[in-house]
Amino acid sequence: MQKNKNIYYLLFHTIHDVLKTEKLLKANGCDFELVPVPRNLSSDCGSCIMLKNNIEDVLEVIRKIEIDRCFLFDGKTYAAFIAPSGHIS
Amino acid sequence: MIYLDNAATTFPKPIESIQYLNKFIKGIGGNPGRSGHKLSVDAARTIFNARDKLTSFINGKNSERLIFTQNGTESLNLAILGLLKEKNHIITTSLEHNSVMRPLTFLQKEKGIDITIIQCSSNGIIDVQKIKNAIRHNTRAVVINHGSNVVGVLQPIKEIKKIIGDIPIIVDACQTIGSVKIDLKNDNIDILCFSCHKSLYSVQGLGALYLKEGIELTPLKFGGTGSKSESIEHPEFMPDKYECGTPNTPGIASLLGGLAFIEKSGLDNIIKKKKSLRKLFIKLISEINGIIIYGSQESENSIPVISINIKNKLPSEVGYELNKKKIYVRVGLHCSPLAHQTIGTFPEGTVRIAPGYFTSEEDINILVEVIKNIAKK
Repeated sequence: MQKNKNIYYLLFHTIHDVLKTEKLLKANGCDFELVPVPRNLSSDCGSCIMLKNNIEDVLEVIRKIEIDRCFLFDGKTYAAFIAPSGHIS
Repeated sequence: MIYLDNAATTFPKPIESIQYLNKFIKGIGGNPGRSGHKLSVDAARTIFNARDKLTSFINGKNSERLIFTQNGTESLNLAILGLLKEKNHIITTSLEHNSVMRPLTFLQKEKGIDITIIQCSSNGIIDVQKIKNAIRHNTRAVVINHGSNVVGVLQPIKEIKKIIGDIPIIVDACQTIGSVKIDLKNDNIDILCFSCHKSLYSVQGLGALYLKEGIELTPLKFGGTGSKSESIEHPEFMPDKYECGTPNTPGIASLLGGLAFIEKSGLDNIIKKKKSLRKLFIKLISEINGIIIYGSQESENSIPVISINIKNKLPSEVGYELNKKKIYVRVGLHCSPLAHQTIGTFPEGTVRIAPGYFTSEEDINILVEVIKNIAKK
């Protein structure tokens, strides 16, 4: 597995929190994309935040926002992700 | 045409309200938070931005505690029905609107709650000490009209909160928001209920409620939120806990326009202009014989809502005559029977004059001349 193929998906409880995250990440110049929630991760109808590799920076920026779940996609499978910072438990 | 019914809803709306509404209807139009496509996300962004701006406008701490509702009535229903439990006691005043009195009366019958109605003086002034004396061990809340929709008198909410301590205060700010500076932190308000289609200039069908941290309500509605869709239980997190079903996103877009207009014009300038219109009307109308003006006439402590009557004429007759001259006011009881009993105008009511930011001094001059002629008849 090559590191640069890693994609992280951050899922939130509400669209309000997704957009709050978007606002913060934009203000801090973080690289991210707002995408529809992959159906195999959640039955929610809305959007989530997709990141490539800058996960620790992003988690620091949004430390006050409660993340519902986080997944790491390695190009083949999705796995629950727990950050070394302990932000996501 | 002279529109003087701004206490019911403001008209005209600022151009910004129309532009933002138009932009949403023509270019966005998606159902917010229900899908991952651009139009749905842009609709959600519209609500997110409005929630953010409105929270800042009232100096709220956390925008997710700002709940959008259909109107001021729904906000008050959510606060009252959501907070009170069986056998609780609540204190309110004799100036309340039916959007407070009717849910309270319902709870009195259904859940056996006790209501203490503090009698205000006939000019709309409340004795704060009476509220203190009415507190019981089971008093769950004090619900109070910040500014009367009948006589326009402001109540000292900060002083009341100080006297009631930890008991939550529910403030009905339908008439005051946008006409008085409201600061949740400084005023120490626990639950603020208001409509957005009055002096926040959204289109009709929009209200809001701000819930201070630590206060939780039983929701009024349950249903689809676009979140936790796999569960048949309603979510507990904000703001979805109190908002479900498709919201009035076009209305919320127009609210963003209204807030942009207020920011551009300056709230202080808006307040100053409304006060000067009230002062001018009171001055001119006081010079006419046979006119009764209700409520305190101190413009420094009032909003631009003035109730009058012409001696020996029914309010409905006066309204009819004004309408013929294309002057639009509201006559009758204004959904506030207790307030009219308090000022001594029940059951006929009054003629209510409610100028707005777009009213001119010339409009007031014409109105007074027409009233003078009706009084002479």
